[in-house]
Amino acid sequence: MTPRTCSADTPVREKLEARVTKAIFAAIVRSFAVLVEALREIFDESAYERFLIRSRLQSSPDAYAIFRRENEQAKLRRPRCC
Amino acid sequence: MPRFLRLLFWIAVSLLGALALATIALHRGEQINALWLVAAAVCTYAVGYRFYSSFISAKVLALDPLRATPAERLDNGRDFVPTNKWVVFGHHFAAIAGPGPLVGPVLAAQFGYLPGTLWIIAGAVLGGCVQDFVILLFSVRRDGKSLTEMAKSEIGRVGGVVAYVAVLSIIVILLGAVALIVVNALRSSPWGTFTIAMTMPIAVLMGVYLRRIRPGKVLETSVLGFALVLAAIVGGQWVSETPSWAAIFTLTAPTLAVLIIIYGFAASALPVWLLLAPRDYLSTFVKLGTISLLAVGIVALRPSLHMPPLTRFADGSGPVFAGTIFPFAFITIACGAISGFHALIASGTTPKLIRREPEIRFVGYGGMLAEAMVAIMAMIAACVLQPGVYFAVNSPAGIVGQAPEAAANTISSWGFPVTAAQMATLAHAVGEQTLFNRTGGAPAFAVGMAQIFSNTLGGHAVMALWYHFAIMFEALFILTIIDAGTRVGRFMLQDALGHIWKPLGRTSWYPSILFTSAVIVAAWGNFLWQGIKDPLGGINSLWPLFGICNQLLATVALCVATTIIIKMGRARYLFVTLVPLCWLVAVTFTASWHKVLDPNPRVGFLSHARQLAAAGANPRLILNDRLDAAVTGVLVVMVAMILIESTLECLRIISGSKSAATKEVPFVMTRLAVEEQA
Repeated sequence: MTPRTCSADTPVREKLEARVTKAIFAAIVRSFAVLVEALREIFDESAYERFLIRSRLQSSPDAYAIFRRENEQAKLRRPRCC
Repeated sequence: MPRFLRLLFWIAVSLLGALALATIALHRGEQINALWLVAAAVCTYAVGYRFYSSFISAKVLALDPLRATPAERLDNGRDFVPTNKWVVFGHHFAAIAGPGPLVGPVLAAQFGYLPGTLWIIAGAVLGGCVQDFVILLFSVRRDGKSLTEMAKSEIGRVGGVVAYVAVLSIIVILLGAVALIVVNALRSSPWGTFTIAMTMPIAVLMGVYLRRIRPGKVLETSVLGFALVLAAIVGGQWVSETPSWAAIFTLTAPTLAVLIIIYGFAASALPVWLLLAPRDYLSTFVKLGTISLLAVGIVALRPSLHMPPLTRFADGSGPVFAGTIFPFAFITIACGAISGFHALIASGTTPKLIRREPEIRFVGYGGMLAEAMVAIMAMIAACVLQPGVYFAVNSPAGIVGQAPEAAANTISSWGFPVTAAQMATLAHAVGEQTLFNRTGGAPAFAVGMAQIFSNTLGGHAVMALWYHFAIMFEALFILTIIDAGTRVGRFMLQDALGHIWKPLGRTSWYPSILFTSAVIVAAWGNFLWQGIKDPLGGINSLWPLFGICNQLLATVALCVATTIIIKMGRARYLFVTLVPLCWLVAVTFTASWHKVLDPNPRVGFLSHARQLAAAGANPRLILNDRLDAAVTGVLVVMVAMILIESTLECLRIISGSKSAATKEVPFVMTRLAVEEQA
């Protein structure tokens, strides 16, 4: 029996498999990106980036010191759960 | 997925969950695999999330996708930032996951694996997740107001004061209890003490690297710090095997307690961000990594549980802590099932990051489910141990005796065979001098975790490394809680004292900083000292006291939530918060009654004080018991006041004598919905 094809020579199954693999790969990449983004938020890297944009500064030891001072007041009052 | 397939999928999940629950509940005589616990929890949580939280979202809270959140309206790029829901979930989970879900289940395992597991499963779905979810939404709708502020505005002044006192008390007792866990884990352990001591210079190095070399690269710095900590764990073995070094790092419980008290004071009073901030990052990094690793280890290894489903200690005669399953199993496991402390996080940073209202369900309800899974893993880590070993590690010398042979004989006489030689071999395998009387839960968890890991990675040759990795992980983030908690307590005290004398309220005025830090450290230091001097191990008194405080705080949170639900005109769905509220009132008030008035000296503080007085014991020990009784009594009376105030407020609204006006901020249309559609 000849396999059903959707274009000249490509069998439907192969095309479907390629699409599924691509989707899985994209999902993995997306999950990894979200994971990294979550870690950057938890570890205040995103907050530092927002601070640099807000205050129009370049990253430097001095800029980071200002960020830490600004951030510390809010952070010190944050309870840690049991 | 087509509707029919979806239906089939959820039927399959429900059936698997029911089978797993039936297996863990009805299986008797033979060991069961830990994966049954995991399956029961995962399936129940999936069904709870899919159906119960969806019902609460739609019917009770009516989450509005068109309503702008404070993160959107007040976006300032600093406190209020609309953030991706997965990122907020990670942030929220990192904030709520502490030592509680690890220690509580380990201690409650003395009843067997069944009571604790069922409570973690049912308590989370019907109580803890609901509390976190509703408080998070109510805070979002009030521009991120704290629990104390909501209690004051929705219930009244009494509500605000009670919430304030409950929060401060829980912080003080929590710090005393967790500091005791660290002391018990590190006493006479040169390896563990060295590793923890090394985290201080490592944190300073991280601070310098972060500030001078790679500003802001926290993740990179934490990875480097983690590598150094691993090197310190390996170096700890050498220290413990070198007599001259081992002598330096072999510390007694009182010495460790004094060092921790000094550390807490310094962390609160001195501007030592160079040490504390990097340690905080390092601790979070290790915490998230270890929890993930433990999950993978349990699923990959599928260990068998050696602990029976129910032990003879269901009758209240347990050596780890005295008291019957009801109410003590339910206050011992707080954070894994329902924790009032979560209400502080859900009304703190998290509401200021939520981008869209419907995402609250995922963050609030889902975040607590993730925490409950951590508690299930801790229960598994405790129950993979031979019961004799578990009781040898967790029983205080005052119950089983100081000498190894005597302790082993006592534990064996309970029907849990263990020998002194077996314990000596195990202690040697994990690099400790002894594992007898290591109360507090942390060492038992570490032994269980080491056993799980050593069967997968590295074999028994590296069991000592895994054990000390687990001890380092617990001690590190407990110390982080101690410094953060002392500072938060100090700020709260300064806020209150500022009403009496303004300068005391200035958070940058040094005399005020020193005074309030000293008061907070003295308060929790007193509980810590009481714990190390207690012949019953201390955790027997402190952990139930902490559990009572935590659940009383949850009672306050659920009172606030119930009042708001009535004000929203959703009284017919009141059961959602009222059922867990009634349960918590029953549990906490019964537990408090037992802890204060029970005639059994191992349970009741006052009867224990009377027993000590009759035996002519140290007056300090008698005072400690009376102090514990007084703290419990005051908290119960205050929570009773908020319950009455809340009930009266609800009755006034239901009867129509007061208008049902909530303090929600007015509706503002979100721009994000339009942007997302575009």
